[in-house]
Amino acid sequence: MASQEMEQLVRREYKEGFVTDIESDTIPPGLDEGTIAFISQRKGEPEWMLEWRLKAYHQWLKMTPPSWAHLDYPAIDYQAISYFSAPKRPEDRPQSLDEVDPKLLETYEKLGIPLHERAALAGVAVDAVFDSVSVTTTFKEKLGEAGVIFCSISEAIRDYPELIKQYLGTVVPVADNYFAALNSAVFTDGSFVFVPEGVTCPMELSTYFRINAANTGQFERTLIICENRAQVSYLEGCTAPQRDENQLHAAVVELVALEDAYIKYSTVQNWYPGDEDGKGGIYNFVTKRGDCRGDRSRISWTQVETGSAITWKYPSCVLRGKDSIGEFYSVAVTNGRQQADTGTKMIHIGEGTRSYIVSKGISAGRSNQSYRGLVKIGPRAKGARNFTQCDSLLIGDQCGAHTFPYQEIGNSTATVEHEATTSKIGEDQLFYCQSRGISEEDAVSMIVNGFCKDVFQELPMEFAVEAEALLNVTLEGAVG
Amino acid sequence: MSDVQTFLDRLAERTEARRQAHGPEPTWIAARRQAGAARFEALGFPDRRVEAWKYTDVRAIARGDFALTDSADFSQACAAALTLPIDAHRLTFVDGVFAAALSDLGELPAGVAVMPLSQALADNHEAVGGTLGRLTGVEFSPFSALNTAFMEEGAVVRLAPGSVVEKPIFLQFLSRANAQPVMSHPRVLIEAGARSQATLIEHHIGETEAANFTNLVDEVLLDRGAIFTHYKLQEAPLKDLHVASIHVEQGRDSRYTSFNLNLGGSLVRNDLVVDLNGKGAEANFNGLFYAQGRQHVDNHTLANHNAPLTFSNENYKGILDDRARGVFNGKVIVKRDSQKIEAHQSNANLLLSDRAEIDTKPELEIYADDVKCSHGATTGQLDEEAVFALRTRGIDEQTARGLLTLAFAGEVMERVELEAVAERVELVVAGKLPERFNLSGLVEAAMSLHDD
Repeated sequence: MASQEMEQLVRREYKEGFVTDIESDTIPPGLDEGTIAFISQRKGEPEWMLEWRLKAYHQWLKMTPPSWAHLDYPAIDYQAISYFSAPKRPEDRPQSLDEVDPKLLETYEKLGIPLHERAALAGVAVDAVFDSVSVTTTFKEKLGEAGVIFCSISEAIRDYPELIKQYLGTVVPVADNYFAALNSAVFTDGSFVFVPEGVTCPMELSTYFRINAANTGQFERTLIICENRAQVSYLEGCTAPQRDENQLHAAVVELVALEDAYIKYSTVQNWYPGDEDGKGGIYNFVTKRGDCRGDRSRISWTQVETGSAITWKYPSCVLRGKDSIGEFYSVAVTNGRQQADTGTKMIHIGEGTRSYIVSKGISAGRSNQSYRGLVKIGPRAKGARNFTQCDSLLIGDQCGAHTFPYQEIGNSTATVEHEATTSKIGEDQLFYCQSRGISEEDAVSMIVNGFCKDVFQELPMEFAVEAEALLNVTLEGAVG
Repeated sequence: MSDVQTFLDRLAERTEARRQAHGPEPTWIAARRQAGAARFEALGFPDRRVEAWKYTDVRAIARGDFALTDSADFSQACAAALTLPIDAHRLTFVDGVFAAALSDLGELPAGVAVMPLSQALADNHEAVGGTLGRLTGVEFSPFSALNTAFMEEGAVVRLAPGSVVEKPIFLQFLSRANAQPVMSHPRVLIEAGARSQATLIEHHIGETEAANFTNLVDEVLLDRGAIFTHYKLQEAPLKDLHVASIHVEQGRDSRYTSFNLNLGGSLVRNDLVVDLNGKGAEANFNGLFYAQGRQHVDNHTLANHNAPLTFSNENYKGILDDRARGVFNGKVIVKRDSQKIEAHQSNANLLLSDRAEIDTKPELEIYADDVKCSHGATTGQLDEEAVFALRTRGIDEQTARGLLTLAFAGEVMERVELEAVAERVELVVAGKLPERFNLSGLVEAAMSLHDD
């Protein structure tokens, strides 16, 4: 019955054509089947994809938003959101850097972002801010030679339907959670990476260099597949704070690692955290999960989370393959009135699986931060091993740091260890630095960077340097 | 008929029987019973969607039909075999009913009162009324609401300021093998005045075939500088269902030390909640659970640091064999402006079987910055190098494993100051070890050597 209805609906929408005026690329706020059909049609998707989206939508209707997280935010009105908007036309954008918020520019200065990139990041309407096209073309050629597919998810749906059909939604099922279901219904952008058997991707892939990546979508969908013995390192995001009109972000990232494959996924997230009272910041609800399907496969998540008013994010690994490895390295910094509930899940299913978790949380100002993690050892995971280190640093007496680690262990040969500490920057540490002529602010930044070192080491070099600068900017004004 | 209704019907029967026997109850207690019943009716039994009961399924309790008893008959010989050999001020309860024949309070120091709750209620219910339910309201859990609705018996301990009780106060709860399982809802009230000192032992044990439901609530109020040590030795028969909620409120510079030792019961749930309300207050939680067969042992602890300069220290150890399941949830909350806090938590578990399961969750919720908090949780098997080290000394593998398991429990036991309790736990643990490395003979030999 339901599928019949769906079919009818699909036909009806198509019959009416949904032809849009090129000028009016944004549809009015609201979410119903029409919206989804519109998105699908605009993206030129095949019919099975629309059906997939509608299925997700119907699933989503049956679900309720999760309330277990240690977060406090007003209920989101999903009908007040516009689910599709094409890039802004040049005349709507700021015409020059003079029109951009000076605070934003100041931050760019501190982060040491090259001048020509600042304009692009601030959304200034400059035709060719920097020569991105040629850069991209060189990359594309190199990747093509290696046989790596790297394109937007929309292109992939058109050009590689078989791969999409085989993998999309297999790691994060449509009904996995409220936000994943919503994303599945309305996602508009994202990346697709396919690394064929035996290939080591010749360069680090980043959304930054992808064509069409100028506007990070509100509902991103990323799918990365590494075949047997393939390897890839993927970078997401950017250290520069990005203004974004969309308040709600609900991304889904799926990683699939087959035998002996290795996927390294690094994120730097620095979206707008809102003003001093926490107004207007981004709500970031992300579902990220990697599936170590093959034996000896390895998935590594590294994240530096400094932005967003609300972060709800648990990059996870399903360790199915024998001797597969999952890793999670995270630095989360909250200041002002930011709230973050983040962590990871390591599901050990296969024999000899190992996981390693390092989470460093820094709370300052009036922010609240939680580490929420799950380590589950299934009965067949003989000799599974987990080590979790999770430290919190408190700066200021109005912030909160919380830890909620879940361990479910069902195998006697497993070894699971969890360690957590919460403390503030030691007075004696500060005194030691200051007695050697280091200013208080520099001393704090040194100590904080040292606190995060274990995680920064895991970031690609350039990213690590930027992340350190970012940390200092985020914590500015938190001390002294 | 719903599960909840079964219990409410029992309550109605009981209230009516009591009214006929003793006339109407004082209104304040009747009102509390009603509030408890109403709350229990509204909440129902928790299902596993409730976070605090995520890993513990209480259907075995909810679906049961438990009678209430008025008889405290228990064979002297049997009681003597079960009891702890200890010189103490003793109160005994059989299926929740006070057994005068098995009780002996001896001589209590001046300013110290120990009595059954029923007697306290009869003598001077106003005074008891002030503390009863002050810490454990009906809101805490459906089980505390249920206890409030049913409570009749238990113990009341009052320590005048400065009083010191040298001998431990010993509360013995015996579970009897009944034709129909019975339930009891004991309530223990402890009020320790300023600078008073006492040690309390709660011992839950019974006849092997017993299959009763105990729903205990303890309320412990510690005034300035009071020092209170609380042993809960739970050796309930293997078919017994055991739920306990222990609430402690600590004043300035007081010290509360808990030993929560769980060896028996088929379904066990302990909630230990401590409010550190005065500067310098210190709470120590020591726990040990050993479960085998299909036993399920769930320990929830919560330390609320409501005042600056308060300290909590927690160390729980679990050993799980066969298809047993252990749950540990330790939580520390540091309130805003509660500075200079130290809170440490550790949970270590040993799995002896592939079908045993442990679900552990050490939580921290911290809203102040000048704190030193840590927690750690480990789960694993015996250190092979330690096994090897023992074997190089000529100890066979089975014995080596047994000794190491015993040593694992020993880390909690070595803090136990009462020898009778420590010996009992060690013997039981040694005796419970799987046959392949049973050490009870060895331990007994060691003890007799020690006695000589």
